[in-house]
Amino acid sequence: MEQTKQALNIEEFLAQDEKKDLLRILTAGSVDDGKSTLIGRLLFDSKRLYDDQLVALKRDSKRVGHAGENIDYALLLDGLKAEREQGITIDVAYRYFSTNRRKFIIADTPGHEQYTRNMVTGASTASLALILVDASKGVITQTRRHTFLVSLLGIKHVVLAVNKMDLVDYDKEVFDKICEDYKRFLIRQNIPDVNFVPLSALHGDNVVNLSDKMPWYKGQPILELLESIHISSDRNFTDLRYPVQYVLRPEHSFRGFSAKVASGIVRKGDELMALPSRKKSKVKEIITYDGEQNYAFPPESVTITLEDEIDISRGDMLVHPNNQPRVERHFESMLVWMDEKDMDLNTNFIIKQTTNLTKARIDDIRYKINVNTMHRSEANHLKLNEIGRVVITASKALFFDAYEKNRETGSFILIDPITHNTSAVGMIIDRVSAEDLPNRISDKDRKKISEGISLVSSKEREAKLHQKGQTIWITGLHGSGKTDLAYLLEKRLFDLGHVSILLDGHNVRSGLSKELDYSPADRAEHLRRAAEVCRLLNDQGIITICTFISPKEKTRQQIAEIIGKERFTLIHMASDLETSRANKPELYKLAEEGKLHNLAGMNSVYEVPENPDLRLEMDDNRIEGIVEIIQNK
Amino acid sequence: MTKENYSLSHLQELEAEAIHIIREVAAEFENPVMLYSIGKDSSCMVRLAEKAFYPGKVPFPLMHIDSKWKFKEMVEFRDHYAKEKGWDLIVHYNKEAYEAGIGPFTHGSKVHTDVMKTEALLEGLNKYGFDAAFGGARRDEEKSRAKERIFSFRDEFHQWDPKNQRPELWANYNTQVMKGESIRVFPISNWTELDVWQYIRLEKIPIVPLYFAKPRAVVEYNGALVLVDDERMPKELRDKAKMKMVRFRTLGCYPLTGAVESDADTIEKIVEEMMTTTASERTTRVIDFDQEGSMEQKKREGYF
Ligand SMILES: Nc1nc2c(ncn2[C@@H]2O[C@H](COP(=O)(O)OP(=O)(O)O)[C@@H](O)[C@H]2O)c(=O)[nH]1
Repeated sequence: MEQTKQALNIEEFLAQDEKKDLLRILTAGSVDDGKSTLIGRLLFDSKRLYDDQLVALKRDSKRVGHAGENIDYALLLDGLKAEREQGITIDVAYRYFSTNRRKFIIADTPGHEQYTRNMVTGASTASLALILVDASKGVITQTRRHTFLVSLLGIKHVVLAVNKMDLVDYDKEVFDKICEDYKRFLIRQNIPDVNFVPLSALHGDNVVNLSDKMPWYKGQPILELLESIHISSDRNFTDLRYPVQYVLRPEHSFRGFSAKVASGIVRKGDELMALPSRKKSKVKEIITYDGEQNYAFPPESVTITLEDEIDISRGDMLVHPNNQPRVERHFESMLVWMDEKDMDLNTNFIIKQTTNLTKARIDDIRYKINVNTMHRSEANHLKLNEIGRVVITASKALFFDAYEKNRETGSFILIDPITHNTSAVGMIIDRVSAEDLPNRISDKDRKKISEGISLVSSKEREAKLHQKGQTIWITGLHGSGKTDLAYLLEKRLFDLGHVSILLDGHNVRSGLSKELDYSPADRAEHLRRAAEVCRLLNDQGIITICTFISPKEKTRQQIAEIIGKERFTLIHMASDLETSRANKPELYKLAEEGKLHNLAGMNSVYEVPENPDLRLEMDDNRIEGIVEIIQNK
Repeated sequence: MTKENYSLSHLQELEAEAIHIIREVAAEFENPVMLYSIGKDSSCMVRLAEKAFYPGKVPFPLMHIDSKWKFKEMVEFRDHYAKEKGWDLIVHYNKEAYEAGIGPFTHGSKVHTDVMKTEALLEGLNKYGFDAAFGGARRDEEKSRAKERIFSFRDEFHQWDPKNQRPELWANYNTQVMKGESIRVFPISNWTELDVWQYIRLEKIPIVPLYFAKPRAVVEYNGALVLVDDERMPKELRDKAKMKMVRFRTLGCYPLTGAVESDADTIEKIVEEMMTTTASERTTRVIDFDQEGSMEQKKREGYF
């Protein structure tokens, strides 16, 4: 009889154990707040510790313990030898314990600022954060930092354990003040559920049982609280995201798409859309080793078959057609730098997001954030443990949601292409559309580049140069005073801080129009080239001053056309032939002797412009007037 | 219609996590292998692999590092199930050392373990050029494991550097390795010993009968009760053997694995014993009585 009764008991125990859910906890606190003592006690009191571990523990306490002959609970936790000698926990250590109602996994991380990355690591899988405060010290910088990180990593539940209440005579006022301080800080954090517990880890007050030393405390002891906080509704059951992990093809007729349901619920018969192909089909079966299911939800790992044969591979995502994630290459995120090696914006990182692996680049650091003061400042790189808001461009479109809405599809890691270390981890912010993000090369820009459109607009250049790109074209007979005017104008513009370039027959014919002669056809081509150069330079915001005889009205019109009438100013140097000839007799003489052909006004026609913007004589001092025209364009 | 339930028990959640991990390795590595120790944790892991690829077959081989001093029943169990389930099983042992007659009785536990386990493992991994190897270790087994990653990077000498581990966030595993480097993957990292037993019970996973109590011929050796498994045990020891109702909490090389006196002949009784026991699982593995921190030392050197 006795035996069957016992067997039944253990059956009952196992039946109960089978139904327990799992709570992953992050613990945070500064050194000596009593974190290890509290965890040790939770482990101890939940009878997780076997006797022989206690034997080993007693031996250890004598050697390096800090608590005299008493059991030092903290020693249960420190794993690696070197760390044990230093007396501090570094890295992330995972602990396991269970009660009658729940199983717990504790990610135990150190509190120093230099271990920010470890805390971030622990927080990434946790649903609840247990933050310790030393009652005799109150809310300190570290508490705020830990809370900020917890909020950043999207943990929805915090238990603030106000420890060492014995040191403040179990005083309610001390506790209340700490709660108030903390709540004030919480306003700016995104943590919906916070509980406060006054306790003494060392003496076991309010750990497993309510303490008679704090009758004013009306809440639950901490273990009970941890057992009862409701977490399953934290998961996103709304937006189906099924990032295909593995394609199962045991035989030709079977094609299964295996994945962990990242969020949302998928049902048999649902119409799904595959990204990026956007092809649609219906769910035929949801397969597991333990049988077919009618639906699957996060974080189940299942295999789906579809009604139609569509091409799907690892990295693709199945979603409901009416509820799609963002599909972009360019996005903004909070980034935590995890690498000893500083961020280098020239690195081509490997990015891993859901089941996608591709290249990515950091385009811009919007700001970095001081984890102690929450102040933002400009930065051109991030160092180990630093956190910033950045803009990222991946080499192909990723399927993502805001981290706030979806921890699975909103997170990613950046891997160094050479060391393969995990250099950074990111949480996507989905507020700004990709088009409005600053970037090195956005999709929009890539299109421009491929079409040969500069990423710096004429407007931007002109604003920078404080001038409008334009052409002052001076026409007139040889020796009419064009060149003097042009050079004086150039000097004056320079003195005024303008950027201008002077083109004349001399410098254009010496290179650009080298092969051309003075025949009407070549002269027209020569001027066309000069005009094209003007257009290019004017596009860059530069002022061009051109002095060419340009005798034909039709050619001058073409030039105005090429350059753009609105930025073309035609000045006619109207000196007559006699004055011009007296001014520069050499060429006229050659023409007269028949040694030079096509000299306008001599052996070819100079067509006087009908409507120049300005008509000047040889010695008119009109430089200031021209400057005015330029500045008023 | 019954109301749909969207929550998982802890074991279902751990199972889903393990399946995800196993598939991730199959998808991202060229040449993975599952190290199969024949023990209960390995048996769970193999079942998880079968689940991960159902209705397909497991797309990678299993490898057993045979120290040649395993319990006879382990080897029988291994060969029986490999055949029945159609596993692609590699059995590797250190041939040279075996032929040189290395063994725990003659060379001591340290030399034997170094040569027949650690060395043999590295030899096996190198021989086939595996770039990822699954192991059935759990974080709650032993202190130094509490900090090990699920995807644990090994350099080209298969060494683990506890001070220089890759950050591991969410379920986003960094699987990038250079040629020669590898990753040890522990899909049941987050399972406790009780979880493993519970899973074996619920899934009806076959395990080596040595886990169950029955009268066996044992002898006291190095402070542990050791099974008389074959004639390689020195005669003077064999002569002192007594029949006792015993079982094994862990399985390894028979001369290095102590039995516990027990009546637990069902999983339920084993769990009951475990929950009320005064000695935890690993005290029965003789090599653990080395000085403190010894396991960490072994791990740095490449032992699992
Ligand atoms: N008075 C008092 N001391 C405590 C309490 N909890 C922990 N301590 C002591 O504070 C010191 C640091 O504790 P430990 O758990 O190692 O802190 P950790 O650095 O946060 O892990 C140890 O000497 C503990 O004994 C408490 O509730 N009251």
